[in-house]
Amino acid sequence: MNLFGKAWKFGDNVDTDQIIPARYLVTSDPNELGKHCMEDADPDFAKKVHPGDVLVGERNFGCGSSREHAPIAIRAAGVSAVIARSYARIFYRNSINLGLPLFETPDASRIEAGDALEINPTTGEIKNLTRNETYRATPLPPFAQEIMAAGGLMKYVAKKKGLVGRPA
Amino acid sequence: MGMTITEKILADHAGKTAVHPGELVDCTLDLLMGNDITAPIAIREFERVGAKEVFDPDRLTIVLSHFVPAKDIKSAEQCRIARDFARKHQLKYFFDEGRGGIEHILLPQEGLVVPGDVVLGADSHSCTYGGLGCFATGVGSTDLAAAMIMGSTWFRVPESMKFHFYGTPRSKWFSAKDMILHTIGQIGVDGATYRAMEFTGEAVQRLSVDQRLTLCNMAVEAGGKSGIVAPDQTTLEYVRPRAKRPWKLFASDPDATYHSVHEWDVGKLDLQVACPYSPDNVRPVAEVAGIDVDQVFIGSCTNARLEDLRIAASIMRGRKVAPYLRCIVIPATHEVFKQAMKEGLMEVFSEAGCAISEATCGPCLGGYNGVLGPEEVCVSTSNRNFPGRMGHPKAKVYLASPAVAAATAVRGKLAMPEEVAP
Repeated sequence: MNLFGKAWKFGDNVDTDQIIPARYLVTSDPNELGKHCMEDADPDFAKKVHPGDVLVGERNFGCGSSREHAPIAIRAAGVSAVIARSYARIFYRNSINLGLPLFETPDASRIEAGDALEINPTTGEIKNLTRNETYRATPLPPFAQEIMAAGGLMKYVAKKKGLVGRPA
Repeated sequence: MGMTITEKILADHAGKTAVHPGELVDCTLDLLMGNDITAPIAIREFERVGAKEVFDPDRLTIVLSHFVPAKDIKSAEQCRIARDFARKHQLKYFFDEGRGGIEHILLPQEGLVVPGDVVLGADSHSCTYGGLGCFATGVGSTDLAAAMIMGSTWFRVPESMKFHFYGTPRSKWFSAKDMILHTIGQIGVDGATYRAMEFTGEAVQRLSVDQRLTLCNMAVEAGGKSGIVAPDQTTLEYVRPRAKRPWKLFASDPDATYHSVHEWDVGKLDLQVACPYSPDNVRPVAEVAGIDVDQVFIGSCTNARLEDLRIAASIMRGRKVAPYLRCIVIPATHEVFKQAMKEGLMEVFSEAGCAISEATCGPCLGGYNGVLGPEEVCVSTSNRNFPGRMGHPKAKVYLASPAVAAATAVRGKLAMPEEVAP
């Protein structure tokens, strides 16, 4: 199923302190974290963002701490996907584990704030409906797609070990 | 074809004779670590999927470090989740306030990480342990939760970058912090993304284990997956009296393949400072000396080991913290605190007018115990200075060594150590 949303544009090195400042790490409640998503970069982001919107960065998106609160806050704010030129590795790994789709492409630089985007998560094809352009992002490695398809790492592991848990 | 030390350790833990960069491997884990921020999420996920037992309770350590002693009701609740889990699963290595400290200084100190290990820590600065000659990397809580069940995890074998330091420093205050800041300044905050950073050369071999841990601690600030210093006599002297498990020594082959090699003469390097708002905005201290400073922080997993405190105290002994500036000193672990007390270092800081606290990560991440207000300037021995890292997004943080921080506290302005303690 394709993802549709409006682009929110940020620059290089969007770090985890900007995604979710440490002062909010006293909780791991997604709704609470979502309210403060991107607060130090744009104080009203969480109020303005619409469900399905897309975060767009440049180089080294998600650098900094290992806090999973960062992808959790992004998802809880209603963001459907992140597009960037490159990602910091822990953020990349965390996002796969939590099922937040990431797309890596140098064309992230061509996307501007407010552009309407359509993303095919399977092929990595991104259509910029505002500019009438098409970009191709690197698809996730097969094992990562497997984790995503299972609904995240924990569901993948539970299936492998035959564990029966309670719904999220 | 030869292998790097990192490739050899990963091959050993994947049950293979050789691995190559880019290859995906499933590795057994020697130690898992979570803290009061990351463990509660891992515990929730662990329980949610119906897991009953940790794969080996002696190989999971939980360290309360970030917001302890609890800064508010919510952090008290987080700590309680971790404590209850530790009790329920009888974790042998659970560290509460007053007996533990900052995990990255605590685990080497307690002999819980040893050369040749593969360590997975739910904290980005878990790369610190590489200073002992092991492969250690940071992950998030979900990776930790899965590893708590499986006892293993997947890695993409990283390419290695070699950083070779030779020569003799000009200043007696030159330290591992200056070496790593220089490295990050040269390659940038994404200069080593996905890669292992291997530190070699006579100037690295001369470093104490405390300093080697500082060197590897900030690998993540260059985007690195891990940092590593090959174990030698110095490592073994540190490890032997502490180790809780047997160790295994690995070394890179002479014909190992590297993504790139950087060689620097430490005799040509100045003392370094990372200016706002990025750890790669690095300049010689002399270029920025003289700027007004509101707070000095000597602490964090980067620079609050005994040796760091000795250096800071040697500069502050018999001197006072400058008027209108405050200096916060936080020894990294309770053990460091006790030792510093025995050696009279705490008396030096106390007499100088420093605020001193029990071990916590607190100020480094703008948590508590030294949060900055708008426009305030801080010289800190910690590791990150992105906007908002230590408090208000408009606060400015300069990252430097304990010597520069201590000199700044006395002088009242960002200072070279020589200005204060000739």
